[in-house]
Amino acid sequence: MRFGFIFSEVAQGLRRNIAMVISIILVTFISLTFVGTASLLQLQIGQMKNYWYDRAQVAIYLCTDISPEATCPRGEASEDVKIQVQERLASATLAPFIEEFYFEDHEQAFANFQEQFAGNAVAQYVKAEQLNETYWVNLFDPNQSQIITESFTGLAGVEEVRDQRSYLDQIFNILNIASLAAISVALLMLVSSVLLISTTIRLSAFSRRRELGIMRLVGASNFSIQLPFILEGVVAAFIGSLLSAGAVLGLVVFFVQGFLAERLPFTSFVSLSDGMLVVPLLIAAGVVLAAAASGLAIRRYLKI
Amino acid sequence: MISVQSVTKKYKGTPRPALDQVSLEIEKGDFVFLVGASGSGKSSLMRLMLREDVPNSGSVHVLGENLVGLPARRVPFFRRKLGVVFQDFRLLPNKTVAQNVAFSLEVIGKSQGFIQEAVPDVLGLVGLGEKADRLPSELSGGEQQRVALARAIVNKPAILLADEPTGNLDPTTSEGIMALIDSINLAGTTVVMATHDRSIVDKMQRRVVELSAGQIIRDQATGSYGVRS
Ligand SMILES: Nc1ncnc2c1ncn2[C@@H]1O[C@H](COP(=O)(O)OP(=O)(O)OP(=O)(O)O)[C@@H](O)[C@H]1O
Ligand SMILES: [Mg+2]
Repeated sequence: MRFGFIFSEVAQGLRRNIAMVISIILVTFISLTFVGTASLLQLQIGQMKNYWYDRAQVAIYLCTDISPEATCPRGEASEDVKIQVQERLASATLAPFIEEFYFEDHEQAFANFQEQFAGNAVAQYVKAEQLNETYWVNLFDPNQSQIITESFTGLAGVEEVRDQRSYLDQIFNILNIASLAAISVALLMLVSSVLLISTTIRLSAFSRRRELGIMRLVGASNFSIQLPFILEGVVAAFIGSLLSAGAVLGLVVFFVQGFLAERLPFTSFVSLSDGMLVVPLLIAAGVVLAAAASGLAIRRYLKI
Repeated sequence: MISVQSVTKKYKGTPRPALDQVSLEIEKGDFVFLVGASGSGKSSLMRLMLREDVPNSGSVHVLGENLVGLPARRVPFFRRKLGVVFQDFRLLPNKTVAQNVAFSLEVIGKSQGFIQEAVPDVLGLVGLGEKADRLPSELSGGEQQRVALARAIVNKPAILLADEPTGNLDPTTSEGIMALIDSINLAGTTVVMATHDRSIVDKMQRRVVELSAGQIIRDQATGSYGVRS
């Protein structure tokens, strides 16, 4: 069949069902925007994980006078404790895993605390000796924090060993749940757009049943009978996916780069090139889903 | 050309078969009238020849194709070798006469060049050369059936199946249509035509196959419509 003929058939079908076509465009637009946002959120989580996990340290908190009795029966950690910790960190068993470690005393901890909580009321009440003296440990592989935890937990004079990643994991969990929620919404919307496409295609076929009857009578091939309908769904979904691609890129440029990145300068955010990575995915998803939905719809319609 | 052997066709939910052990041979160039009371199975038989349906048992061969075993994807290519017209014309109301004929060529992938030549030719042949740009609603019933005939023969089919082509037309108009179908037959096309029109059958004196309750009760080389009941 000639291209021009198919094109005019498709255009006619789109015009005849304009309201339904617009609703397909809108529903695919919104559902794919959710898909795109969820994918970007995943990319963002990945980037932040890379960035923060690499910088995550293991903290060995030493006892202070106000530490709980149960873990620190002897109060403030003595010089002996510090020597013991230091020796163990430098020992042949642990040294190969440790990139570097350093000691933070009460005064440095106090200075850091004042900086971090500047302007907060708590900064005025806290005293230097209430803050833990700490050994900060950077591992070659942050995944192996267990080695430090196991060898220092329970040591006399050590209040607690803490992997900073445990805080990060909580944040990432929240972000993950958000992106899962976006994906669930996206899936529901995709289901409804698939149903909408197949209904529209069936309506379109119904309104052209005379043509279909004649086409079958004169021996038009199944392919050429079905193609205009499939293209109809694909064109509508394609427009919707272009809109969603625009929305996703807009989100990256104006919200992430223009707003978030300016306010949180020390965090790395998804960039336009990450957004560009998502765009072909959205368009492919829209086109493939629409082709499958309308293909199935028209095949089932023609069987009856 | 057309060979129907011991065909039985039973529709779901009906007690008696629409066609009951029907056998029929039609040669190249034949002109065959299918007659019989309403519901005797004429349309059912033609639907089998067009492979719109398959029989429950028996075989149907048309133009060398075994229609019972013909895979669905090859059915369209088989149908291109046939022309069909019906009582209700089946034209597209929003397309002109010429576009209606062109449409049937476009959907089977004929080139624009072929279409531009074949359409005026065939419209001239059926006597509608002047009315190529009219819409079907601006034509009389007889003229609409001429358009349908033009569409059926434009692809030079070996067989023309006509199911009550004059069923909606007055006697004079019917005669014109029959003259046209006759000339199509004289040009070499095999014609199978179902009809209730006694005067046409009597006048044409062609082969007559009479069906009754799904069975062939008469097959005459040159015959009339049958006894008045
Ligand atoms: N699609 C169908 N489903 C069920 N029964 C059908 C179907 N088509 C036809 N029949 C039945 O098969 C029988 C033969 O019908 P058919 O249409 O072949 O008759 P016909 O000879 O063409 O009649 P007419 O002269 O009125 O056109 C009838 O009893 C009819 O009710
Ligand atoms: Mg009939």
